[in-house]
Amino acid sequence: MTVGALARGRKGGRVGRIQALLWRRPWMRAALLLGPGLAWFVVIYLASLVLLLITAFWQINPFTTAIERVWNLDNFRTLVTDGTYRLIILRTIGLAAAVTITDAVLAFPFAYYMARVASRRVQTALFAAVLLPLWASYLARVYAWILILNHDGVLNWSLLQLRLPPANLGYTNWAMWIVFSYIWLPFMIIPTYAALERIPQSYLEAAADLGARQGRTTWDVILPLALPGIVAGSIFTFSLTLGDYVTPLLVGGAGSSFIGNVVYSNVGIAHNIPFAAALAVVPVGVMALYLLGARRLGAFEAM
Amino acid sequence: MESRWTRVALRAWAVGILLFLFIPIALVIIYAFNVSTIQSWPIPGVTLKWFGQTWEDPEVRRALLLSVEAGLMATTAALVLGSMAAFAIHRFQFFGREAISFVFVLPLALPGIITGMSLNSFFAFNQVTFSLWTIVIGHATFCIVIVYNNVLARLRRTSSSLMEAAMDLGANGWQTFRDVTFPLISTALVAGALLAFALSFDEVIVTTFTAGAQNTLPLWIFGAIRLGQRLPEVNVVVFIVILVTIVPVVIASQLTGGRAAGRVEAVAAAEEV
Repeated sequence: MTVGALARGRKGGRVGRIQALLWRRPWMRAALLLGPGLAWFVVIYLASLVLLLITAFWQINPFTTAIERVWNLDNFRTLVTDGTYRLIILRTIGLAAAVTITDAVLAFPFAYYMARVASRRVQTALFAAVLLPLWASYLARVYAWILILNHDGVLNWSLLQLRLPPANLGYTNWAMWIVFSYIWLPFMIIPTYAALERIPQSYLEAAADLGARQGRTTWDVILPLALPGIVAGSIFTFSLTLGDYVTPLLVGGAGSSFIGNVVYSNVGIAHNIPFAAALAVVPVGVMALYLLGARRLGAFEAM
Repeated sequence: MESRWTRVALRAWAVGILLFLFIPIALVIIYAFNVSTIQSWPIPGVTLKWFGQTWEDPEVRRALLLSVEAGLMATTAALVLGSMAAFAIHRFQFFGREAISFVFVLPLALPGIITGMSLNSFFAFNQVTFSLWTIVIGHATFCIVIVYNNVLARLRRTSSSLMEAAMDLGANGWQTFRDVTFPLISTALVAGALLAFALSFDEVIVTTFTAGAQNTLPLWIFGAIRLGQRLPEVNVVVFIVILVTIVPVVIASQLTGGRAAGRVEAVAAAEEV
């Protein structure tokens, strides 16, 4: 007697028959379980991404703002030839790079302390302490920096106590740099820590036995082994900065527009969805190149 | 290995980073009690009056209601779809398994503006009116992977012999699920749901592109900060949002013994499959 027949004999009825059928054909169970979620992603998400790419090659009628499905490269031509957009794209990529480097520099000693100096208990506590701000509302953290950096804020007050001149950083590119570095820092710390923790103690002992001083060991042994972790973290810091428009809008000043801001205003105000789509393709392209590079450096094994 | 001075320097650096991470959050909490309508430091006095006024504000209430509705619905969709997908991926070997994990994590790995913009042009193309439903669809898309990862991680740590034993003792598929599998993964489900809700409750980038005329709470905050209006109420709302997003995360962490998987872990896990 087959397993299916056993199930049928015991339970009987329609439910039993369906169960038996599913038991005999595992692929049907897999399809039933995976189907709905996968359908959601294919029908909604992947279709949206493809549509975004297609829309980028369309244009709008300047008088009616209706989308015209005429294939052309005008949107991309504007991006390349118009100096304003070129500047915005360069500013976005430049600041994303600056934030990534800043976070790597801030995170490395901290992650090193977490992974190799702190006791087990401190390690767990630090891990939680790093992750917690990540969940404490993105807008709340941006707003906190508006309060700190504004003219009558904590920063200028502290400088006054130290008898230093006020620093009016509010609504500048410096403010954006500080806020982005602050917000994405945990994303850099965690993968760097994970990479550092995995380095076997024996490697460091071997380096010491061979006469390397600490600086040399850090530079020649620890840093290369931690690099995949740092690159993994940089994927977050870079990608998240690249696609942001809230921080530039709230803490940046005039002339701080990001790719995201132009996309946002083209959707909301100008109703030029094809142009917004073309602009949104830029971060996708940049990220694709970045991920290819990261893969070469072994970032995906490090996460 | 490290010299004494290196250790001292590293410890000082760690303390510095912790202060950098937490001072802004502490400050924004203090400002919720600011008696003045002007947001300067130090605050001139402490009051609770803004809490009452914020609660009475119909706009804030509507936004809060919408956020809770969207969060609950997105979480429900994510729970069903995410856990089913996790079961399938855990149980069966098939071609394209890795590609599926990769696709699930895309909404979290790609810049938010791309997900938002894609969904926006998708809805516009299909002439869908922007409403609560479009917000829910946007949120569920990036919440699914959170549930998926938490459930999958739990399933991998659970020995399949327990399920096999139940089957050997004559339980059918449904009984095995109800009496053995479900109790084993229930805390992972709750943790995934809490994290998904926290993520949805705080989301602003995708939401701007998928919301109609209605405001979720983050959209209300965003608008108010931009215009510099009603900042005392913003202070209170921000304080509440911090609580609403942190408390579920702490509970989720307790439920999973510190193994709850959020955004960093979600993307990392997808690369490992």
